[in-house]
Amino acid sequence: MARREQALLALSIALLAGAALAYQVLLFRLLAIVQWHTFAATIISLALLGHGAAGTALALAGRRLLPRFSAAFATGASLFAVAVPICWAVAQRLPFNGLELVWNPAQLGWLAGLFLLLSLPFFFAACCFGLAFMHARERIAALYAADLLGAGLGAALATGLLFLLPAGGALRAVAVAGAVAAALQSGPKITRLALPALAVISALLLPHSWLAPRITEFKGLPRTLGIMGAEVEAEYSSPYGLLTIIRNETIPFRHAPGRSLAATSEPPAQLAVFTDGDSMTAMSVYDGRLESLAWLDQTTSALPYHLISRPRVLVLGAGGGADVQLALYHEAREIHAVELNPTMLELLRAWLDEPRVQLHPGEARGFARTDRRRYDLIQVPPLDSYGGSGAGAQAMAESFPYTVEALADYYARLAPGGLLALTSWEKQPPREGLKLFATAVEALRVLGVEPRNHLALIRGWQTSTLLVKSGALTAADIGRLRAFCDSRGFDPTWFPGIEPDEVNRRHRLPRPWLYEGAVALLGDDAESFLADYKFHIVPATDDRPYFFHFFRWPLLPELIKLRGQGGLTLLDTGYLVLVGTLVVAVPLSLLLILTPLAVLRRPQPDMARLRPGIYFLCLGLAFLFVEIACMQRYGLFVGHPLFATVAVLAGFLVFAGAGSFVASRVRNRARTLRWAVAGIVVLLLLQTVALPPPPGIFESTTTRVIVTLALVAPLAFLMGMPFPLGLSRLAGEAPAFIPWAWGINGCASVLSALLAALLAVHLGFGAVLVMAAGLYALAVVNWPE
Amino acid sequence: MLRCPRQFTGWMLAPVFLIICALPLIAATDEATYAVERKALLAEIQRDAAATADSTGRSRFNARVIGAMDTVPRHRFVPAGNADSAYANRPLPIGHGQTISQPYIVALMTELLEPKSDDVILEVGTGSGYQAAVLAQLVARVYTLEIIEPLAESASARLEQLGYRNIQVKLGDGYYGWPEHAPYDGIIVTAAANSIPPPLIQQLKPGGRMVIPVGAPFHTQDLILLRKDAQGKVSTTSVLPVAFVPLTRRR
Repeated sequence: MARREQALLALSIALLAGAALAYQVLLFRLLAIVQWHTFAATIISLALLGHGAAGTALALAGRRLLPRFSAAFATGASLFAVAVPICWAVAQRLPFNGLELVWNPAQLGWLAGLFLLLSLPFFFAACCFGLAFMHARERIAALYAADLLGAGLGAALATGLLFLLPAGGALRAVAVAGAVAAALQSGPKITRLALPALAVISALLLPHSWLAPRITEFKGLPRTLGIMGAEVEAEYSSPYGLLTIIRNETIPFRHAPGRSLAATSEPPAQLAVFTDGDSMTAMSVYDGRLESLAWLDQTTSALPYHLISRPRVLVLGAGGGADVQLALYHEAREIHAVELNPTMLELLRAWLDEPRVQLHPGEARGFARTDRRRYDLIQVPPLDSYGGSGAGAQAMAESFPYTVEALADYYARLAPGGLLALTSWEKQPPREGLKLFATAVEALRVLGVEPRNHLALIRGWQTSTLLVKSGALTAADIGRLRAFCDSRGFDPTWFPGIEPDEVNRRHRLPRPWLYEGAVALLGDDAESFLADYKFHIVPATDDRPYFFHFFRWPLLPELIKLRGQGGLTLLDTGYLVLVGTLVVAVPLSLLLILTPLAVLRRPQPDMARLRPGIYFLCLGLAFLFVEIACMQRYGLFVGHPLFATVAVLAGFLVFAGAGSFVASRVRNRARTLRWAVAGIVVLLLLQTVALPPPPGIFESTTTRVIVTLALVAPLAFLMGMPFPLGLSRLAGEAPAFIPWAWGINGCASVLSALLAALLAVHLGFGAVLVMAAGLYALAVVNWPE
Repeated sequence: MLRCPRQFTGWMLAPVFLIICALPLIAATDEATYAVERKALLAEIQRDAAATADSTGRSRFNARVIGAMDTVPRHRFVPAGNADSAYANRPLPIGHGQTISQPYIVALMTELLEPKSDDVILEVGTGSGYQAAVLAQLVARVYTLEIIEPLAESASARLEQLGYRNIQVKLGDGYYGWPEHAPYDGIIVTAAANSIPPPLIQQLKPGGRMVIPVGAPFHTQDLILLRKDAQGKVSTTSVLPVAFVPLTRRR
């Protein structure tokens, strides 16, 4: 092959690989905006479906395409470029509605359509890579390097691009990169350039409205925009999230969640701020007069200010600034507020121009661990919107700020006599409020504090607020708490010495479940109470950070039986959508990856092929178990899920690719495999017990991303080896089985990404990593050489 | 197993063929069929009412409420594409991110209002107009407010076309209620509220009742019942629509 031709091919592959990875990164953002679940595992799974199906397609038709390699490559890359924007535009118009899944299983069909459409661009890209490797066998090393380098750069560039462009528009850049890759292979003839040119034109001419995220109509933003008088004041897009600010002069927002029914004043003028189309917070006008903030004192969150005066306050999650304004109203001595999204922080800085308020960029956990100040009050507002929380939409999102370790970290920042105040949405039967109580009990026990005298809980009709005091609650504290509840119509729910007859007087519940739960959780039979509670209210931990996951499988038959009375509404939709995705991924991957291989009519898997079959199945399962678990675990260390996902995704791709390249050139195959797997098992156990590092140890996000790459690199490098070692063994022993090995591995990967996420919810990331270690060991033991 | 698919491709088309053949039949479903479905639905709702007596405090729904629901053609209130599910006991989307509530929940909310024939009711959040139509059979007058313009228009046209003369629909802010017709014997706030507007409480008659469903779209989990006694004192309760106890039985 001519040198120039080789260089061009390497460049095409790098470009296309970069474009494919960039597309994947953009999907993380885009799906989080249009749907609820920011669920990385789903996107990884559908990308793997595209790759797996491409492997099968090439096994069937690759040889026929080889004589016209350049044209085939150019066509594949052009189709990728066309498919990226078009598939997105069509997929987001499918009437898939996760919230309706409980009522209408037919929604699974739309989910399958979404999954399939979004995987199509990956299919075209992977066909190109596979074909190129078949075409240039002798130069495979250089092409492989180009592929990995391109992919790594693509992930980094796409993340950078998200600071400049909205995710929808960035899809055009991805399509253009794909089309350029196609043009490089088309040769100079004008007729051959027509296809890539068409792809560029279609990507550039598609109207903005086709690509801009069409947020599901059931999220807060579209519902708010439907109200007469609502208009978009501003929109800011970044990797941290899409912030949309809405103004409505006709019908003011009056956002005052959980406000006492005794309150008669109207909240001041507000702007509504939505993150990714939901999780509304309000920025309320403050005219400098403290009285204008009095309306905030009518919420359960105001309780701590009635127990302490002029505190130094830390607000973890400033949002629209309501908790900061509450602190201003109570003339807090010093106010610190942490906010993850830098755009939100800038908005707040402009909005709340107060010398007493110090705004800190960053994530709550990292801040709480590195900050050296002591606070009289730490306020934690509800993490999710009322609507999202009501439907359990965030059941699969990691919520590191609400784990046992988190509460212990916050508690450690309290000055003597200080208060930690956590507000959550009140639901019947109780879930969040009770789980938060259980988490606080556990955190205090971990710190060696007997919780009984340190906790107080009150509830209104919509929110409950939990106080954790550093030091025992005094009779004076309780007197003030009672007075606060009396004047606002809230119910005391727990404090040391509470009488059962004072817990259910004002907003009356069918039973005082929250109170009964609090008593049980502080008593001797807490364990059996947690086991007998039908919702999962066992405290979340950093290993299982799913605070909003309440679903337990034994609940399902009962709620299905009660569906006529609305029983199904008690299920977490986020969890069900993931289960639904697995349900549609099984037939899709079997149908598109494995079944077509039957036409090969060459030896098919029988008992003699069982061992290699199990080998490649184990590798497929294990690899994605590790990748998904690392993505989610490193979220806490990196400080933002998107950056952690991209770092781990790119890290695994590049370093595992390097590992498999090295493995394909070793002489002693059996020994290399044994050592590689031994290394993997050791590194996995190390990851389980010692990593990732605690949050907050490096100031800059870039440093944390680089450290993450370095920490997963050795593991990923070794994990890249067993697959090519197995293939090279098959090449000698049973070459006809090779396409099946690819297919089995592909199917396993598609399902494994989803399975890993489900297992992490039930067993924790640590358990998923240990299972992966077991699968690697099984792979080797089952097929000894 | 892996050898099968090629032989079965033809057969796999059979269900598709059957569905295509059945389409005209589905389209032909007429008012009589809807009436039969409605009766079955109402019987189901009464059974559920008996099952939820412990949580709702009523062992069966008032015959007037059930009678009212029997006269309202729910299939006319759901989008054409969903008419076949109109009498399924489930919420349905009606556009603009809004839903028409599950029929059982509509029955329960109506029941909790304890409507009397000379009552004047205010509804905040007209939606499709279905709840207003049910109430209109039971009370003297229903005033209903909607803040989403297209919904207000379509509900108004629909209610007019169906001949409901005692319902008035107005496009407007629900926060201040509709003071011209206040006070009300009952108020129902079906728009997801993140606070209960004080003016609505003021517009409730002493002895009146207000019902507020709480939850996300498709996910009404809890109903708040607000009562104002003869002295004007307000109290609230949470009514769980479903017969569900969060602890397993052995406790």
